[in-house]
Amino acid sequence: MSDTILDINKDNKEENVKLEVNNLNLFYGQFQALHNISMNIKANKITALIGPSGCGKSTFLKTLNRMNDLEENVSINGELKLDNTDIYKEMDALELRKRVGMVFQQPNPFPKTIYDNVAYGPRINGIKKKAQLDEIVERSLRQAAIWDELKDRLHKSALGLSGGQQQRLCIARTLAVEPEVVLMDEPTSALDPISTSKIEELANELKKKYTIVIVTHNMQQALRVADDTAFFLLGELIEFRDTKKLFSYPMDKRTEDYITGRFG
Amino acid sequence: MRQSKSVVKDNKLGPLIVRIAGLLIIALTLSIGLFLVIRGMGTFVKFHHSITEFLFSSNWAPTDSATASGGNVGAAIYIAGSLLTCGLALLIVLPFSIGAAIFMTEISAKAGKKIFQPAIEIFVGIPSVVYGWIGLTVLVPFIRDVFHAKMGGYSVLAASIVLAVMIFPTITTVSVDAIRSVPDSYRRAAYGLASTRWQVIYKIVLPASKSGIMTGIILGLSRAFGEALAVAMVIGKTRAFPKDLLSPTNNLTAAIASDMGNTASGGEHNLALWSMALLLLIISVTCIFLIHLIGARAKKNERA
Repeated sequence: MSDTILDINKDNKEENVKLEVNNLNLFYGQFQALHNISMNIKANKITALIGPSGCGKSTFLKTLNRMNDLEENVSINGELKLDNTDIYKEMDALELRKRVGMVFQQPNPFPKTIYDNVAYGPRINGIKKKAQLDEIVERSLRQAAIWDELKDRLHKSALGLSGGQQQRLCIARTLAVEPEVVLMDEPTSALDPISTSKIEELANELKKKYTIVIVTHNMQQALRVADDTAFFLLGELIEFRDTKKLFSYPMDKRTEDYITGRFG
Repeated sequence: MRQSKSVVKDNKLGPLIVRIAGLLIIALTLSIGLFLVIRGMGTFVKFHHSITEFLFSSNWAPTDSATASGGNVGAAIYIAGSLLTCGLALLIVLPFSIGAAIFMTEISAKAGKKIFQPAIEIFVGIPSVVYGWIGLTVLVPFIRDVFHAKMGGYSVLAASIVLAVMIFPTITTVSVDAIRSVPDSYRRAAYGLASTRWQVIYKIVLPASKSGIMTGIILGLSRAFGEALAVAMVIGKTRAFPKDLLSPTNNLTAAIASDMGNTASGGEHNLALWSMALLLLIISVTCIFLIHLIGARAKKNERA
């Protein structure tokens, strides 16, 4: 830990911390995939997680809404707090996932209509009134900047949409649950450049209301959208700082090697 | 030059054999169908009975002579027996089949693959006479003793349970395949939206696999309609509508199997049995047609 550069934690104590991670370790059976991760993710900012494949960034993202609960042989120790409440010890997974939503690498709409995709979350939370659902669906699709494209075909299958539209629909579906944090796991890696830029604009818009954590392979993307960036390597958090500072003056040699393209 | 010629010859021989074999199968199927249609139509063409009489009358007294007519060929009891036992078998087996399929895939996938899958595959291979025999020696006395059934336990209920057990592996294995083919990304998305496991199963997994499950149901149903031996052993073979589930009756397959050998070929009785066989063919063709329809609709929904 001593070689990790975490000047955000020191410099910006006054800023609003949404997610606080202290000494998080994660094991797949015997294999330790995350080593002593500590970081504070700030509210209403976009935090990017970068690093080469297999560095643990996606694994880390999944711990934030306990999606790794679904996998076997995963054990965790350390502290992970959402608004000062421990998400593993003081919260159940359902409650947490309502507050921390997730968008996946591959767009994964359900084989249902566009409307039913967005209404899925509210419905399982007990909202049945059509007027209320209509309003949530419209608001969520507007927030995901896709309402105008889809408003005339709400009752058509979501599988007929293009990849970029599907991904924005998935974002709308996540927003419909009204989470506080939105996790995005390489949300644009399966998309073309135009769809990618739309999702990036959208992320920028969404941070006014939500806290966003985005895993990306693409350093340009981190530079374009993220306020803060964390660099992971071999399960360790190497450097976590303001994005511009991290890319302009990397303090760790390994960060510098990675962002200048020497490996990864 | 000669060598290349023989190669060409070989290349023609293989496809020719395959083609002939294929054509033979098609011809065989068509001729069985045609044969059934011609024979089965005899009741209506040769002996001038109406289709309404055959389907809806319960007056079954065909004459057994190749030329004389004048009997009655109302097969309603047999038809009702088949529909009732198959329908009831389906009602009995559905909760078990779908429950087992969900257990094997969503709840305990490991035990499902290692224990249940092989067990159910063995199930499929058990000959129907064994099911009938177990029904006869275990189920029938059980029904007699527990429900005090008048006819010694031979009943619609016994036949339905035997059929239910027989079609259980068919419906379960097809449902398991259908559920397994639901992409994991759907499940992850649903969990990510704060679904419980039960919500993932009944809101996402079951709807996404329903066309596959329907195919399994129809396959099982068509097996149930065609089963003669096991049903014949426990249904009681009584020519009367069942008063309740504990009374005996008869069905199409059992009647054909037991009577066919005792009739004069081409006689009224004989042809009436052929008509019943034709009806079974129509039912199973309808089932197959339904399976294709469901498959085509599922594909269309995926694309639309």
